[in-house]
Amino acid sequence: MPEPQEPEGAIAATGMGGAMDLATSEGASLEKVPGGPEGRGPSEKPRSLWSDAWRDLRRNPVFIISGLVILFLVFISLWPSVIASGNPLKCDLAKSQEGSQPGHPFGYDGQGCDVYTRTVYGARVSVTVGVCATLGVAILGSVLGGLAGFFGGVWDAILSRITDIFFAIPVVLGGLVLLSVVTSSTVWPVIGFMVLLGWPQISRIARGSVITTKQNDYVQAARALGASNSRMLLRHITPNAIAPVIVVATIALGTYIALEATLSYLGVGLKPPTVSWGIDISAASQYIRSAPHALLWPAGALAVTVLAFIMLGDAVRDALDPKLR
Amino acid sequence: MGRYVIRRLLQMIPVFIGATLLIFLMVNVMGDPIAGLCGDRQCDPATAAQLRREFGLDKSVAQQYATYMGNVFTGDFGTAFNGQEVTELMATAFPVTIRLTIVAILFEIVIGITLGVVTGLRRGRPVDSGVLLVTLVVISVPTFVTGLLLQLLLGVEWGWIKPSVSSDATFSELIVPGLVLASVSLAYVTRLTRTSIAENRRADYVRTAVAKGLPRRRVITRHLLRNSLIPVVTFIGTDIGALMGGAIVTERIFNIHGVGFQLYQGILRQNTQTVVGFVTVLVLVFLVANLLVDLLYAVLDPRIRYA
Amino acid sequence: MRGATHARWAACAVAVVLAATACGDNGGGDEGGGGSGDGSGTLSASWTDPQNPLEPANTNEVQGGKVLDMIFRGLKRYNPKTGAAEDMLAEKIDTSDSQNFTITIKDGWKFSNGEAVTAQSFVDAWNYGASLKNNQKNAYFFGYIEGYDKTHPEDGGKQTADTLSGLKVVDDKTFTVKLNQKFSTFPDTLGYSAFVPLPKAFFDDRAGWLKKPVGNGPYSVESYTKGSQMALKKWDGYTGDDKAQNGGVTLKVYTDNNTAYTDLMAGNLDLVDDVPASQLRNVQSDLGDRYINTPAGIIQTLGFPFYDKAWDRDGMEKVRQGLSRAINREQITDTIFQKTRTPATDWTSPVLGAEGGFKEGLCGDACEYNAAEAKKLISEGGGIPGGKFTISYNADTGSHKEWVDAVCNSINNALGDDKACAGNPVGTFADFRNQVSQQKLSGPFRAGWQMDYPLIQNFLQPLYYTNASSNDGKWSNADFDKLVDQANQETDTGKAVELFQQAEEVVRDNMAAIPLWYQNGSAGYSERLSNVALNPFSVPVYDEIKVS
Repeated sequence: MPEPQEPEGAIAATGMGGAMDLATSEGASLEKVPGGPEGRGPSEKPRSLWSDAWRDLRRNPVFIISGLVILFLVFISLWPSVIASGNPLKCDLAKSQEGSQPGHPFGYDGQGCDVYTRTVYGARVSVTVGVCATLGVAILGSVLGGLAGFFGGVWDAILSRITDIFFAIPVVLGGLVLLSVVTSSTVWPVIGFMVLLGWPQISRIARGSVITTKQNDYVQAARALGASNSRMLLRHITPNAIAPVIVVATIALGTYIALEATLSYLGVGLKPPTVSWGIDISAASQYIRSAPHALLWPAGALAVTVLAFIMLGDAVRDALDPKLR
Repeated sequence: MGRYVIRRLLQMIPVFIGATLLIFLMVNVMGDPIAGLCGDRQCDPATAAQLRREFGLDKSVAQQYATYMGNVFTGDFGTAFNGQEVTELMATAFPVTIRLTIVAILFEIVIGITLGVVTGLRRGRPVDSGVLLVTLVVISVPTFVTGLLLQLLLGVEWGWIKPSVSSDATFSELIVPGLVLASVSLAYVTRLTRTSIAENRRADYVRTAVAKGLPRRRVITRHLLRNSLIPVVTFIGTDIGALMGGAIVTERIFNIHGVGFQLYQGILRQNTQTVVGFVTVLVLVFLVANLLVDLLYAVLDPRIRYA
Repeated sequence: MRGATHARWAACAVAVVLAATACGDNGGGDEGGGGSGDGSGTLSASWTDPQNPLEPANTNEVQGGKVLDMIFRGLKRYNPKTGAAEDMLAEKIDTSDSQNFTITIKDGWKFSNGEAVTAQSFVDAWNYGASLKNNQKNAYFFGYIEGYDKTHPEDGGKQTADTLSGLKVVDDKTFTVKLNQKFSTFPDTLGYSAFVPLPKAFFDDRAGWLKKPVGNGPYSVESYTKGSQMALKKWDGYTGDDKAQNGGVTLKVYTDNNTAYTDLMAGNLDLVDDVPASQLRNVQSDLGDRYINTPAGIIQTLGFPFYDKAWDRDGMEKVRQGLSRAINREQITDTIFQKTRTPATDWTSPVLGAEGGFKEGLCGDACEYNAAEAKKLISEGGGIPGGKFTISYNADTGSHKEWVDAVCNSINNALGDDKACAGNPVGTFADFRNQVSQQKLSGPFRAGWQMDYPLIQNFLQPLYYTNASSNDGKWSNADFDKLVDQANQETDTGKAVELFQQAEEVVRDNMAAIPLWYQNGSAGYSERLSNVALNPFSVPVYDEIKVS
């Protein structure tokens, strides 16, 4: 596992040695601020926040590693047969729950399907569901929540109360009602459902974050200088308020992949012959005592995916934080 | 402030009506519940018709909703299919679930925030990576499995706890279920706190506080933590309702007869009266929790004011 | 750092509380156990809250049936071992024409509240069960009794009578029953719980009775907390010869039988019936010989939508036979069910016994796995409609996903097409039943049948007779109907069984449903118990259990 990297090497160095001393490390970071870890001097001409962030990201090993993992996931989602030659739907009950053997490194699941092949083939659906649902939820949630927090007043009241109503819908009920009427066997209804029920959470978080950010001096200053609403939102509020959204969204990515399993378990999610980590995790969970290996691999794949996105989110957040420069 | 609270309380009325209507319609969309009552055979049409009449299912949805709301305002939440009053179900289920939720929230606050502060202050250190690793395990292994493993280990192998919770469901019995229930939210709380702390650590007021020579402990609790808590408090606020209504898996594993179970059962049996009744109460919980969170914003950050 | 100290402190606190809990609650299993072998020990058993109110004619599933079986005795009782209908309260049941029956009940039977069991207790109970206005879901059991069409008009017409004209009380101990058609095995159906007597207390105060039911069986209800538990204790005044061998049974409600199983392992519960499928692979090492697995009157089949032309055209019987031959029953029952199911070779159940009509191998080749033959039969029959199909099942109860997936894999492997068959879960049981009964399904579906009483008639007529209550696929065959009618009128049991078997052969030749496997009942129990057995309805025989 790649270690999360501390961008400020100085802190790591000075903070070493038993109990960490906040004052020391803060002092160290204070000294470092003018120069910055990238060695950029104050004389350099100011660039936009976003291009700065991108510049930072390209040099951040955490970003590179997590990016490579995600690229790899995308690759096997598109061309799973490159690294798995078997057929994920070919199952032989006679091999049920057998362990690892030559050509079948991960063993077999309860139905006698090859766990390796299914884990590779499951990436497509699971990564699609996780990424698309997260993007949908994050965009819808942060836009609505952000606007509610920024404008306040009536807008806030209306948007927040709508959020409250959506919060109240139990996932099981929503799934059974909204998904059981859908006959399409693609992942899109499932993703749509997750976005529909998932946005309120991000919305609340974004709203809270914007409300605090709004109070900061630099925002007040920008307002006093006559900055337009859109400029304030894009230049000042968003970069400073986005951290909690990124944190929640990257964790949620994992929970959406797992939620897909719950929906399948309820009989309203993806149906066979679809192959996904969620379906396999939910099936293998039943046999945790007799065949833990069937759970280990798809769950491990899910863990690596979530890790990659959490690291990515961390790196992006750091890059957007001017105080770290 | 007082006016703000009153305004918020008034806003609850439309939300309440909207949410109940929505849930009512959703349960109705699921179709005819009578077919599920007769096992693997068709109900004889006469009895089925009679039952529909009795539960008011033969009327239009609008009429059903009007009757239902009329009854709710007189305190009558209707009857479940097994002849039990919904208010009676609520009276047994809610206290249990409230206790379970309290335990879970306490775990989130105590463990989640502590771990968040620790990892936030020591980003990139082994302790940070270790917590991240545990977080990953919690996210990628279904609650079902973590719950079951804990139950097997603590309940059967080591005999520390009873694998199931008795019908009294005392606080001490709910510790392990509460931990399982809180596990995924713990991951969120930890990471949110960590990010917030890491971010605010460099804020001017922290530097000022450090420069003033305040003791480290005071800097962390009074200045750093207090200002880092807003996203965390928001999350916990939204989580209360989710924990109460969404404890289906945990309640199943530990045999807790709480809200999640009753709601799940009601949904599967398409029992409109149970589902709408329970969700109605949950909506109220959400509304109050969100109001409290908004008020807490002002406490945590005095710059935020409500007019 | 101090934060970490806090975390450590919190962890310790948790550990302390955990330990305290453990200290506080050790050994819950022997609450009130007494540990004596004198029959006074009580046991705890797993239970699920019944879906309907606990009235005899309103209880149509095993969980409510468990309680009724403990607190009631009817005219007949099915022998817990053989399943044969034996006289219980009935002194004698006479008939000369298979249509008019005179029933005499034994002396000295009482309800646990002291009321005597009389002919009136039966007649009142049956009239109550048959009356439409009481919403009894098992009312159709009284459908053979004359006057049922008046108390329970099927066509939605108005109910014109409150009592069945076919029931007449002669004296305290005797009543007569007139049926609306000949039904030779009618007395054998009287062991079903819908036919038990009810005390006056029930009719005087139904709500009060439902809170604490009163019956005439070996146990009486001591306390009943809906949704949590029911305590039954041995009723000392019980006059039957099947007196309870233990002091009482506490039924604890479990929402998931996995938890009940874990509780059994931890020693907090004495008896779990229906061991969860996911634990079957561990059961031997967990429980050893404290695990029983006995045949029950349950058969699983695959039904077909005969209302859909595509599945009913000529030649489709070959496709259905082909599908049947593509299912490797042996392997699925061995692996998925760990031998708690037996591959089916007819459409009844082994618990009937050969005399009762069970005929091993009646299905013949059509139930034998043979991939090559299967492929051939299906192509001869014109192939699967549309080239692929789904098997529908409800996802909320019964963990059907496992075996449906296995059946599909077996079919796909046999046909060499990995997309030919797929499972189609339906979210709720009610929705599944709606889709089945409103004929919305366009492919095969899960069909299970648990017998009401151990007669071959019960395995055939309700399922395959034209428009019968459980004939979900709307299969209709004149030959089958004729043979069943004849069999019902036949007074000689042996000949009746033979006619039913001929009818079953019609089912076979058309493959009206694919028989999959016979289901066994399973149970695990604690070291304190002995003499644990399951009856043919997969219900534990509570009264015979000994507690040490």
